[in-house]
Amino acid sequence: MEQKKKTLVIGVIGADVHAVGNQILYHAFSDAGFNVINLGVMVSQEEFIAAAIETNADAIIVSSLYGQGELDCRGLREKCDEAGLENILLYVGGNIVIGKQPFDEVEKRFKAMGFDRSFPPGTPPEVDIEALKEDLHVED
Amino acid sequence: MDPVLLIDFGSTYTKVTAVDIDEPRLLGTANSYTTVQTDINNGLADALIKLEQTTGRLDFSARYAASSAAGGLRMLASGLVPELTAEAAKTASLGAGAKVLKTYAFKLTEDDAEEIARLSPDIFLLCGGTDGGNTDTVIHNAKVLHKIGGSYPIIYAGNRNAARECERILEGREVHITENVMPAFGKLNIEPTQKEIREVFLARIVQAKGLTQASELISGIMMPTPSAVMAAMKLLAEGTKTQRGIGDLVAVDVGGATTDIYSVCEGLPDDPRTSLKGLPEPYVKRTVEGDIGMRYSIRGIVDAAGLDRVAKIAGLGVERTAEIIDMFANNTELLPTDGETRAVDEALASMAVRVAVKRHAGRLEEMFGIGGLKLVQTGKNLKNVDKVIVTGGSLIHTEHTGRIASYCFYDEEEDPESLRPEKADILVDRRYIIAAMGLLSEHHPEAALKIMKQELVKDDSAK
Repeated sequence: MEQKKKTLVIGVIGADVHAVGNQILYHAFSDAGFNVINLGVMVSQEEFIAAAIETNADAIIVSSLYGQGELDCRGLREKCDEAGLENILLYVGGNIVIGKQPFDEVEKRFKAMGFDRSFPPGTPPEVDIEALKEDLHVED
Repeated sequence: MDPVLLIDFGSTYTKVTAVDIDEPRLLGTANSYTTVQTDINNGLADALIKLEQTTGRLDFSARYAASSAAGGLRMLASGLVPELTAEAAKTASLGAGAKVLKTYAFKLTEDDAEEIARLSPDIFLLCGGTDGGNTDTVIHNAKVLHKIGGSYPIIYAGNRNAARECERILEGREVHITENVMPAFGKLNIEPTQKEIREVFLARIVQAKGLTQASELISGIMMPTPSAVMAAMKLLAEGTKTQRGIGDLVAVDVGGATTDIYSVCEGLPDDPRTSLKGLPEPYVKRTVEGDIGMRYSIRGIVDAAGLDRVAKIAGLGVERTAEIIDMFANNTELLPTDGETRAVDEALASMAVRVAVKRHAGRLEEMFGIGGLKLVQTGKNLKNVDKVIVTGGSLIHTEHTGRIASYCFYDEEEDPESLRPEKADILVDRRYIIAAMGLLSEHHPEAALKIMKQELVKDDSAK
């Protein structure tokens, strides 16, 4: 039986205008069989949430490349809960913090903020796709 | 000569306009009180007698009518997220000429249900969810509507995956299913809904409003008056096969209870690097400011603009200005009689224009980030629109139309982000013919455009 396509909302959060990586993710996720809602750059938390509600999304995937990710992502999980998206999967990836910090610590901090997974800079899209398939129970 | 009659059954006045479509020109206009309580034909007959006193006996080859009588086309709309499907539902309804009493977002509550029962609209527009997206909310809302009961038709323009289920829930009700107002995220698809609204209006609302008696006399097309205005403005902007239009435009209609703004333009950013936020904007857009009007909503103008500002423009003291405003508020039929009341009336009209156009226009924000300056536009860019059409009693019955209308212009000091027209010609609808020309345009667009070009005259009083 054919599975219903899983819906992902993607975008670059905050005042960040790095468009290229997000575009690559859009194509990679679409090719991998996901229904992708691409919000582009400079996306606010509220816009991620509004899009996820209307489209009944399964996951929100936040990119951040300019080092302000930690500030921009704070409170997103709580707002999702507030908006009725209690079980939505939250991923974050890119240069999400300033400077060189051990990634396991960064991951821990984002986990505490409610992000199910965090991805360091330079992660190939295939890694995200594998993780999505696992978390959303998509069978090949 | 081939005379055609255009009728507008308004909430207060029945306005008649006679035109010759053979050699396109305006023959005359007249009005009388609308008599929807007794027989709507009485008011029409009175208006026709008045008309023929000036034009002489006319043998009309066709009669077309628009109506905003008996409260206009009263609609309620619901969507899911306020700035997404709920906004799309509202935009669709306004663009169909409806009076949108309220727009609901998320799941309808018990309070909402009571309110809906009390308001008992002419049509309820049920939306929510993109196709394949959320279905819970729209299904919940269908159940609430079922529970409320009532006999008004429901138009379903939500997530297509929930359409049949909602139809089953609403069994026994008149339900019209059409395409989703937002089939995919951020994609606006309002025309099918507007077509449906118009069909329901023709099939049902015209009868319910006691307008059928009139329809025997009328060759056809009953549409809500604001639809007629939109049709006229679109024609004026675009032109026909043989005549050029005047290009992008904004139209301002300051009424007693509301102020309606229309824009016909794409409204895209000047700088292609600007990023666009929010819903895509319709090419022909109508917004209605329910709190901005010259009599019934006079307090709303003062709330939005400030009493000091109104007094300053009027050139009067604050106390005297407040007195005159009270007088207008308590006597909605009152027209300005002397210098002071005229000054206040004009100051209020100026602020109504400013506030309503500002709400209609988009905004351009400058944001500084790591990548330097970034421009973000929301809504329509009206800066390059160079024609502003004005109508409404307080704007057409004054010598200072241009001055009042100039308050719609971009003002860097007052609000640098607002994308209002930078400078434009002001064209005045002195004889109040726009809605009539919209009606005429359905069958005789060439004549309608020619007459508008003759009748909408440029006002230079601002310069």
